[in-house]
Amino acid sequence: MSAPRKARVATVSLAGCFGCHMALLDIDLRLVELLKHVEFDRSPLNDLKHFTRHCDIGIIEGGCCNEENVHVLQDFRRNCDVLIALGQCAITGGLPAMRNAIMHSDDPLRECLEEAYVLSPYVTNPTHVIPNDPALPLLLDKVYPCSAVVKIDHQIPGCAPSGDIIYETLVQLLAGRFDGFDPHTIHFD
Amino acid sequence: MHAQAELPDQVADEACARVGNDRHRLLDVLLTVQHRCRWIAPAAIDRIAARLGLTALAVRGVASFYSFLSLEPRGHITIRLCDDIIDRHAGYDGVLAAFEDALGIRLGGISADGAVSLDATPCIGLCDQAPAAMVNDVVLAGLTPERARDAARALKAGARPEDLVSPVFDSLSAHERVRAAVANNIRLSGDVLLGEVPREAGLRRALALTPEQIIAAITASGLRGCGGAGFPAGRKWEAAAREAAARRFIICNADEGEPGTFKDRVLLTERPHLLIEGMTIAARAVGAREGILYLRGEYAYLRDHLEAVLAERRAAGLLGVGILGTPGFDFDIRLQLGAGAYICGEEGALISSCEGLRGEPKTRPPFPVQRGYLGFPTVVNSVETLCHAARILDRGPEWFFAMGTPGSHGTKLFSVSGDCRAPGIYELPYGVSVQELLHLAGAEDAAAVQVGGPSGVMIGRDSFHRQLSFDDLATGGAIIVFSGARNILEIVDYYLSFFVHESCGYCTPCRVGNVFLREAIAKFRNGHANAEDVAYLRSLSATIIETSRCGLGTTSPNPVLSTLAHFPLVYSVVTKPSDDGLQATFDIQSAIENARGIAKRRSFVFDRDFSQ
Repeated sequence: MSAPRKARVATVSLAGCFGCHMALLDIDLRLVELLKHVEFDRSPLNDLKHFTRHCDIGIIEGGCCNEENVHVLQDFRRNCDVLIALGQCAITGGLPAMRNAIMHSDDPLRECLEEAYVLSPYVTNPTHVIPNDPALPLLLDKVYPCSAVVKIDHQIPGCAPSGDIIYETLVQLLAGRFDGFDPHTIHFD
Repeated sequence: MHAQAELPDQVADEACARVGNDRHRLLDVLLTVQHRCRWIAPAAIDRIAARLGLTALAVRGVASFYSFLSLEPRGHITIRLCDDIIDRHAGYDGVLAAFEDALGIRLGGISADGAVSLDATPCIGLCDQAPAAMVNDVVLAGLTPERARDAARALKAGARPEDLVSPVFDSLSAHERVRAAVANNIRLSGDVLLGEVPREAGLRRALALTPEQIIAAITASGLRGCGGAGFPAGRKWEAAAREAAARRFIICNADEGEPGTFKDRVLLTERPHLLIEGMTIAARAVGAREGILYLRGEYAYLRDHLEAVLAERRAAGLLGVGILGTPGFDFDIRLQLGAGAYICGEEGALISSCEGLRGEPKTRPPFPVQRGYLGFPTVVNSVETLCHAARILDRGPEWFFAMGTPGSHGTKLFSVSGDCRAPGIYELPYGVSVQELLHLAGAEDAAAVQVGGPSGVMIGRDSFHRQLSFDDLATGGAIIVFSGARNILEIVDYYLSFFVHESCGYCTPCRVGNVFLREAIAKFRNGHANAEDVAYLRSLSATIIETSRCGLGTTSPNPVLSTLAHFPLVYSVVTKPSDDGLQATFDIQSAIENARGIAKRRSFVFDRDFSQ
C-alpha cells in the first residue's frame, strides 16, 4: 500500500510586506515535521511562479491594491480547494488600506499618487513624474480585503500571526478537524 | 419678503436668558436659535457655551445630534418631506418632483436667496394621510403633485407656511389650527379612550385615595405600558414611589417616532386633558411635583394647542399649587420639544434629551425609576398609558381588567396605514386578530403586515389569524399594511436605512452592523446573493442584538429576521448558488476605471481586446 499523498500547499504575498511569510517560517523546526505531510506548489518559498497542479490549500498574505493582485487571487481561488487569508492585510486590507481614508476628494487615487510621489516634503523626485511604466499593474480605486474579491474559507488573524497559530491551524486543517481558534491564541492586547 | 436673519450671538444671548442660563435647557436654547436664525452658527455656539458654562465642543455635539438642528444655513422656510415607505408608496416621488420643479432646488438644497430649503425626514406621524410634509412648524397632509406645486408657488410669492393650512389661520384657536391641518381619522372608538370621557372624573377619585391606593388600583387593572415594551405601569410607579429622594418627576413620552404610529398625535389632539389628568394622577401616586411633556419635534404644530391646555388647567386649579384645593398637592408640567431623533423615544435617551444632552440612551441599571431625570426617580410613560391610567381611576380597575386577554388588559389604539381603504385609528380590546383588524380597515388584498413598526415583525397571510396582544403579537400599535404589489426587500431595505440614520452611534455593533445589514440586503436586491449570505444575515443580526445596549439595536435586525422567517421564498428566489468562489459584488472594471484614466493606458490583464 502506498502512503497517502502529501497535501499540496500554495502561498502568495499580494499587497503585504512578506511579514506573514516570515511568520510562516517561524514554524521553525516543526517545518521539517510539516514537510512530511505537505509539499509546496506555487510559492515565493520555492520561487514557483505558476501553479503546476491543483492544490489543497492556498495561503494568501496581503489584500488587493492592484489588478495583478486580483488576477493572482482569482487564480488561487480556481486552483485551490481551501483558501486561507493570513494576517490582517489579507483579512481587512490592513496598512495599505490607509489610502482608503482619502475619501473626501473628487479624485482620491490621483491625490494619493501625488502625495506619494510629488507633494510630500519627504519625497526626492526632481522630475515630478508619477511612475507609469506599462509593466506596472493598474491600481484599484481602493484596497480590498481578499474576502471582497473571492470567497475565503478561513482567516488567521494577527500582524503577523504567530508561527504557533499558523502551525496549529495547518495541522488541524490537514487532519480535517479545524474548528475555529481558542480565543486566547488570538487575543492581542 | 422675509425679515433679515437676526445676529446669532444676540439670539443666543436672549435664548439663554429665557431659560435662566440653565445648561439642562440647552435643547430649548438651540431650538430657539434654529427657529430664529434658521441654523446654529459658530458664533451662536460660542456664545451659548460661554453663557451656559459649557465647552463649545459640548454644544456642537448636542447641535449635531438632532436632525432638526442644522450646522449649515437652512431656508427661512424649511420644507421637510416625509420619505417613509408609506409615503413612497403613496406618491412621494411625484410630490418631491413637484416641489423641486416649482422651487428650482434639489432635495437637500437651499434656494440662492436663502428663502426656501428642501429636505427629507423619516415618518412624521401622518401615515394615514401620506404623502405629508412639514413646512417650518406646520404640516401639510395628503399631498398631491398639484397641491405641492401650488404650495411651493404660494411660498415663493411670499405666503407664510401658516397660510397654506388655512387662509384664516390667524383667527383660529390653537385647537382649530391643528384640526385645519390634520384630520384624525378615528375609525373606531372604544370604551376607554376615544368614547365619551368625563372631565377630571379620574383625578377627583384619585384625590380621595392615598398614593398607595392609587398604585394598587393601577396594578390591579393590569395596565401595561403602551409604547411597545409593555412594562406593568403599576410596578413602575411603585418603584419610583419607594425610592427615597428629594424630587421626583413624571415624564410623558410623546415622542412616538416608530414609523407607522400616530395614536399619540390623535390623543394629544382629542384627549389632551385626559393625558394631563393621567400625569397629575401619576404625580399624586409617586409624589412628584414636576412633570415634563416631551413632544417630538415633528409635532411642533401641536405645541400651541398643548400650551393652551396647560394654561387652561393652571387657571382652573388643575395644575399648580394645591390642585383642586388639596393642600400639599403641587404639580406642574413643562413642555419639552424634541428635535427630530427617533432614539429619543427610548426612555433613557428621552431623559438625556430633557437634560440638554445628546439623545443617547443611558446604561441600565440604574433604571429611570431609581435615578432618572437629573438623577432623581422618574416615571416615563407613554401618552396612551397615562390616558388609560386616568380612565382606570374613574371606572375602577375591575372594569379595565375585564377587557382584553389574560396577559394584556384593556383596549389598545391601533394606527393602521398603508394599502387599505380606511387608514386611521382603531380602538379595540387586546386580543383582536390581525384578520379582524384588516377587515375593519378594508385591507382584503393585504399580503404582508408590519406589526409594531420596523422594530416589530412582518407577518404574511399564514399568520393573519394571530392575536394582537402581549401573549402573541406584541405591538406599540403600528399596523402597516402592504399589498401583494409591494416589494418586501425594498421595505426591508428602507427600514434598515431608517435604523442606520437613527442609530445614536454609541454601540459599534448598531452603528456599523446596521450598515452591513443594509449592504447585505442590497446584495439580495441586486441578485448577487448566494446561500451563505442568508447565514451571514442571521449571524450579523444575532451579533447586533446581543451587543447593543438599548432597544434600537436589539430590534433593528427585526425587519430582516422576521421576513426571513415569514417570507423565506422572497429570499430564496433571488439567491443563486455560486460555484466559482468569486464574489459577484466585486467589479474589476469599475475598480480599475480611475487608474486607467490616470495612467492613460488599458489593462494587460482585464481588457481582453488589448493590443499594442
